[in-house]
Amino acid sequence: MSIQQKLPKWCLRYWHRLTRPVALALWVILAFGFIAGVGFWVGFNKMLEETATEEFCISCHGMKENYREIQPTIHYTNRSGVQATCADCHLPHNFTNEIIRKVQASKEVFGAIIGTIDTHQEFIEHRLHMAKREWDRLKLNDSRECRNCHKMESMDYTLQSKRAAYMHKTYLATGQATCIDCHKGIAHRDPNMKDIPQWSPPAASEVKP
Amino acid sequence: MIRATLFAALLTTLIPLGAHARDNAAESLRGSTPLADEAPPPRLKDFPKDSPKSVPAYAGQPPSIPHGIRGYDITANNNPCLTCHNLANAHKFKATSIGISHFKDRDGNLLSDVSPSRYNCTQCHVPQKNAPPLIENLFQPVESLKP
Repeated sequence: MSIQQKLPKWCLRYWHRLTRPVALALWVILAFGFIAGVGFWVGFNKMLEETATEEFCISCHGMKENYREIQPTIHYTNRSGVQATCADCHLPHNFTNEIIRKVQASKEVFGAIIGTIDTHQEFIEHRLHMAKREWDRLKLNDSRECRNCHKMESMDYTLQSKRAAYMHKTYLATGQATCIDCHKGIAHRDPNMKDIPQWSPPAASEVKP
Repeated sequence: MIRATLFAALLTTLIPLGAHARDNAAESLRGSTPLADEAPPPRLKDFPKDSPKSVPAYAGQPPSIPHGIRGYDITANNNPCLTCHNLANAHKFKATSIGISHFKDRDGNLLSDVSPSRYNCTQCHVPQKNAPPLIENLFQPVESLKP
C-alpha cells in the first residue's frame, strides 16, 4: 500500500499542484527575481554614489577642517569652474579599487563614531598620520587619482611655465617621479614637514636620458 | 588800527594757505572710505608664470621672484620655497640658491640651516608684475647697476 492511497484526495491534489506548477508561475517568479535584482543593483549603486559625495564626506566633524582648507585652492576655486571634490582624489574611479577603498573606509567610520577627531587640536595631531597615508597610497599607485584628470600625454609643455615644463619633461615623462612626489599639500595645508623627506631630482650622474 | 590791519592781512594770507593744506591732505591707504564701511577691494594682481630675472636696482637688493607663487603657503609647518631653493637641492632643481647671508643669525653667527629670521621669504622677495606704481616714485637705480 503506497503512501498515495493513504492520504486524502485534497492532499494529493495539492501535492500535484506543487510538483507540476503552471508555466505562468515560473515567469512570475522570474519577474520578481528580476525586479528585486534591478532594485538591489540600483540601491547598491545609489549607496556607492551617495557615500562619495562632498556632503557625505564633510558630515563627519574631522573632515570639515579639510573642507575649509580646500576652498581657496585651485582644485575648488578657479577661473573655469571645473572642480575636483573629495572623492575625485581620495576614491579610486574603477570599480574594484573603489570597493576596496570603501571597505578600508569602514575603519574611518569607526573613528568618526568613537570621535577620534572631534576638535581642531585633534585634527592637527592626526594630520601628519592622515597625510602620510594618502601620500603613500598615491605613491604606490603612481598617482592614479591625479592622472584621472591630469593626463601626461595631453600636457602641452609650451603652455606650462618653463620650470614646470622642465621638471615634467625630465622627471615625470621618464617615470622617475610621480605627481605626489612634488605636489604635496596642494588641496590641503601641509602638516609639519620638518622630518618628512622631500623628493629632489636625482644627481646629474643618475639622470636617465 | 595798525594792529587790526596786520590781523586782517594775516588772515587773508592764512585762509588760502589753510584751504590749500586741506586740499593736499595726505590720504590714508584705506582712502576716503569711512571707518565703519568697507571699501571695494582692488582687483587682485594676476602674476605671470614666468618673468625674466630682474636686474638689481642697488647692491644687496633682494632679488625678485621670476615665477608665480600661487598656493605657496609659507607656514610654521612648511616652507615650499626651501624645497627648491635650499643649498642642498638648488643645483638639482636649477634654482637660485639662498645667499650665505641667510644662514647667519642677527649676531652674525653662522648656522647650519636657514636662519629663522629669514624664513618668511615673501617679506622681501616678491614676484614681479608690470603694473603702474601706486604712488609716484622718483627712485633711480644705482648708475653702475643700470642695464
